[in-house]
Amino acid sequence: MTERSGAIVMRSGRPVAAAYRKKAIDGRLTALLLFLPPALLLFTLFVVLPIGEAAWYSGFNWNGFGKPTKWIGLDNYRFVFDTRGFGTAFRNNLLIIAVSLTIQLPLALTLALILAEKFRGSVALRMLFFLPYVLAEVATGLIFSFIYDGNYGLLASIYRAFGAEAPHLLASTQTSMLAILIVVVWKYFGFHMMLFIAALQGMDKNLIEAARIDGASRWQVLRHIVVPLLYPTIRLSIFFAVVGSLQLFDLVMPLTRGGPADSSNTMVSFLYNHGISRMRVGFGSAIGVILFVICVTFAITYKRWFMRNE
Amino acid sequence: MSDALAASRRPLDLVPYYKALFLLLVAAFVAVPLLATVLGGFKTLGELRTNPFGLPETWEWENYAGILFSGRYWQLLWNSLVIASLTVVLTLIVASMAAFAFAHIHFFGSSMLLSYLTMGLLFPAATAILPLFIKVRDLGLLDSYFGVVLPQVAFGLAMSVLLLRRFFKDLPHELLEAALVDGCSYVDFFRHVTLPLSRPILATVGTIVFVHSWNSYLLPLVMLNSDALYPWPLGIMVYQGEFSSEWHLILAFITLTLLPTIILFIFAQKHIVAGLTAGAVKG
Repeated sequence: MTERSGAIVMRSGRPVAAAYRKKAIDGRLTALLLFLPPALLLFTLFVVLPIGEAAWYSGFNWNGFGKPTKWIGLDNYRFVFDTRGFGTAFRNNLLIIAVSLTIQLPLALTLALILAEKFRGSVALRMLFFLPYVLAEVATGLIFSFIYDGNYGLLASIYRAFGAEAPHLLASTQTSMLAILIVVVWKYFGFHMMLFIAALQGMDKNLIEAARIDGASRWQVLRHIVVPLLYPTIRLSIFFAVVGSLQLFDLVMPLTRGGPADSSNTMVSFLYNHGISRMRVGFGSAIGVILFVICVTFAITYKRWFMRNE
Repeated sequence: MSDALAASRRPLDLVPYYKALFLLLVAAFVAVPLLATVLGGFKTLGELRTNPFGLPETWEWENYAGILFSGRYWQLLWNSLVIASLTVVLTLIVASMAAFAFAHIHFFGSSMLLSYLTMGLLFPAATAILPLFIKVRDLGLLDSYFGVVLPQVAFGLAMSVLLLRRFFKDLPHELLEAALVDGCSYVDFFRHVTLPLSRPILATVGTIVFVHSWNSYLLPLVMLNSDALYPWPLGIMVYQGEFSSEWHLILAFITLTLLPTIILFIFAQKHIVAGLTAGAVKG
């Protein structure tokens, strides 16, 4: 193809080249005017403007009907921080992150190290462990609200088998969050495992073999070669765990709806329960802005500090 | 075989057993809730209490049949299918056009506009959900498929554009130069060369967008009011509300609504795993 086009330019010389350039610029402009506006328009209209409007609405006491007129300044933010449930929701988000880092991540990493090797059944197990990630959060939540059900659930059956009183995990402020955390691990560890498996399979095997030949033990290879090579993936996995926790909502609704007594809200379910479902636009927008600031600050700092080269 | 050798081998030989035991425990942790759900749908309510783990004593097919022969189940799946398909088609069209412009056309402000779009990766849709609701209402799209589809497309754009742009950039550049010299326009090149060559990445992006839309809950919950338009995650919550403790029916309903996902997963696992992990890594 290059040969042919070269021949054309040679044969026809200068004037055609100039015409071609002009046409190319025209064509470029047409293409730009055709290709960019749909994406920019949709993105601006449904993503950027609403964020700006959230900041604006958060200054009003407004129920969403008519125009916002009751300007109350920063009062909505004060209301949010004064609501006890918000502190709990924020703590719950931190708790989810903590569990993701201390339980889910090591579990995913261990499984990846085992399943990255090929043996009979390893692919099937990978798929089984990844399956929960594909299932809808809502359905997962419902499945576990059955498991935890004090009358008919699996957990209750196990307790009864030992002659003990079945606990109502979801109905107690003490245990509701624990119940959700178990489901979070169940649902998401397979995703992190897949990230690690993908990284392990892309790893340079020569390094590991060389170390083995030099007499390093399995454990030494793991500790000093494999895990350090996985650091970028670990950082990525942590990033997703935090971002995922900050937007967790779908899973909470079928399990507890954030209750009892706001004990198991995440920030988004708190926003839903106290802002959206009561149409307190100003109050809800203030929560949204707070969440936005947290997400953006985290994403930018984390990327700057830990993922500079990626 | 000397004793020393046997002794040194013994501790090593245990490792595979620990591994197998560990895998078995995790597999049980994942599989038992799922199996209990599927089997629970075949039991009577009473049997759920007396026989929680075993196979049903008599298989109660009517639980499943009752749902399968109700219009409701199919209506929910249909709504989800319409919403997810519209989202996929629109996302692919809009995102691939923008990605092409960012990949192949040099223009002033190109990198600035790209970072503007990728800002969408920094925060979830939930942060602006209330103003979004008001916007959709003011546009008259409340309680319609497009009230859910358009915001979903908008929020999926950032990741889709990034993935597509990377792929487009890797296509041989000589192709475009040659075509331009031959008098082919950018638009024609995009339609007749770029898109056909990009089927793998379009499939990957399409899969990610489809799965996200198929499973999504918050946006439809806020934007839709009438049962007739509900996608299945909303419908299943309504169903659970109606049959609050008739768990055998709810379990059958959950199983049937998860069935399409599981079938799709089995047949397209490579695409789905690659898509969801690649989307995460490269997004």
